[in-house]
Amino acid sequence: MRMMRFAVVAVLVLSMAGVVMAGGGREAAPAVDDGALRIAVVMPSATNDMAFSQSMWTALTAVQAEMGGPSALQLSYSENMFVVPDAAGALRDYASQGYDIVIGHGSQYGSSIQDIAPDFPDTVFAWGTDVNTFGLDNVYAYTAAAEQGGYVNGVLAALMTRSGQVGVTGPVEVGDAKTYIDGFVNGVRQTDSAVRVSQSWTGSFSDVAAMTAAASTHIANGADALTGSSQSVVGSVGVARESDGVLWFGTQADQTDLAPELVVASQIYDWTDMLREIIANRQAGRMGGESYILTFANDGLKMAFNPAIDIPAEAMEAALAAIEGIKNGQIRAMP
Amino acid sequence: MRDIFSFNVLAGVLQTMLSLATPFLFAAVGETFSQLSGVVNLGVDGIMLLSAFFAFYTVLLTGNIWLGLLVAIIVGLLMGLLMSVVSVTFKAQQGISGIGLQILGLGLSSLLFKVLVGTVRTVSGFRRMRIPLLADIPFLGPILFNNTVLVYAAFLLVPVSWFILERTTLGLKIKAVGQNPSAADSVGISVNGIRYLSVCIGSALAGVAGASISISISNLFQDNITAGQGFIAVALVYFGGWSPIGVMGGALLFSFATSAQIWLQVLGVDIPASLAVMIPYILTIVVLTVSVNRGKQPAALNKQFFRGEN
Repeated sequence: MRMMRFAVVAVLVLSMAGVVMAGGGREAAPAVDDGALRIAVVMPSATNDMAFSQSMWTALTAVQAEMGGPSALQLSYSENMFVVPDAAGALRDYASQGYDIVIGHGSQYGSSIQDIAPDFPDTVFAWGTDVNTFGLDNVYAYTAAAEQGGYVNGVLAALMTRSGQVGVTGPVEVGDAKTYIDGFVNGVRQTDSAVRVSQSWTGSFSDVAAMTAAASTHIANGADALTGSSQSVVGSVGVARESDGVLWFGTQADQTDLAPELVVASQIYDWTDMLREIIANRQAGRMGGESYILTFANDGLKMAFNPAIDIPAEAMEAALAAIEGIKNGQIRAMP
Repeated sequence: MRDIFSFNVLAGVLQTMLSLATPFLFAAVGETFSQLSGVVNLGVDGIMLLSAFFAFYTVLLTGNIWLGLLVAIIVGLLMGLLMSVVSVTFKAQQGISGIGLQILGLGLSSLLFKVLVGTVRTVSGFRRMRIPLLADIPFLGPILFNNTVLVYAAFLLVPVSWFILERTTLGLKIKAVGQNPSAADSVGISVNGIRYLSVCIGSALAGVAGASISISISNLFQDNITAGQGFIAVALVYFGGWSPIGVMGGALLFSFATSAQIWLQVLGVDIPASLAVMIPYILTIVVLTVSVNRGKQPAALNKQFFRGEN
């Protein structure tokens, strides 16, 4: 009887483990083709998060298509790697398997890259968002000047709010999440100082429920224009969708598809040029030591305006002027 | 910074509190049934996740929120049956099987989301339903009577559950099985049957809790969307002394603290955000430490029943 119990429980546990592994967010490249470049990326959230991780995965697949598909560039990824030691294990694993380029797509992975990269001098490592290469010859660093698109979204929000109250739902006050919001607040204040901006932080990049509650609170406080950063802001968009007349301003990826009736504009991180350059450098034998910053000026940052939203001409003109001003240095996005 | 002590702010804090408390109430009251029968189900969060996904996916496909809710309940029931088979029939350690259930829910919901949906999408979920006349009561009316149907159901669940547990034969049997299964067995009560029923009631309610997140509060699904709310629900059962009314008190306290810290930030009160988000957890730990009455814990909680051995 006890053996039967043990067997049943063992079978159940194994079947559960199988399901978890199947859904555990790791996809390896197929067997190595001679001559194919291999890139692996470790991400804190899912490749379809409509935000940070999706921006990198979209760029990688675009570069893969340009190069001729999987026969020329093989991609592998590990997603939902919020736990840094797990991510460090995955980064080391990919490097051990001989991947040409290993990307740690999260500012929390810096110390892991610093620890692992010296053990694999023939592997190129890239990580962000940061500009620190730790003085290592095989590490690239990258970040986004998120405040630039934040400023433009702030200009739009200031000119499109009807209540005069704008809400910001942030995750954690670090990295590009903070700089985006700093730029947004600055954009609002430089455009119309009478518009009130309220901010809240959930303390988590992934807590959708907390972000939902924050957005509900901003709306209850009178905000009719919202923005926020991180993969958890989908919760804010979801609740905004149920509130008539609330507008959303996105960042990191084009969030229009989430709610076409309320997403006015999105700042898009376009990592493709950076990836092309890192790949070219790798093939030329330059393994690292540089950092990249996405900006409007180098086309790493782009604004996607939702054609389904009737943006007033004055607001659109102001937004386009802000982009040009930031590009030519006449406007400083950070306060 | 606006006046934080105004009626409008207090009303906002209370209304957000009611919304936040809803999934906790469904999940924790359900877990109360399970634990009173002697079964600790640590898989609540996994059940919530899988039910949240299926509710969302059903609404995405059909646009029918009631069908989504029904599917969530069925998924919860099936997960409850799985938990019962493993922990009641085959007497596996409840803690281990519960954790297995949680991992199953987390992994399976993530896998299905990726395969069947592919990317984050929103749905139209339950909308606020204003109750005529009652919603016109000054101050409290708009707070209490302008919510989604799931908020009303969650708070209605508390007295209904209390009545079932305290005033019906079924409630008596559930508590008898949780206190002394051998004695219950000796008077002809089916210990396994009552435990199956209790775990399934709890799991079905956990299913509703999941649906309340994906088709009422957030109106979307995302990997691990519950963010551990199921575990907080389990803690609330201890907090509430295995009583639906106590559980409601705990859920309201935790939700009030969460709501208040969000409002403090939104109103521009000069408090570090990292400290603000800790407030609900600190408060819960403090109250849990000083208030839990261990004497109320079911004597046979987390113990398998072997006929003739207990």
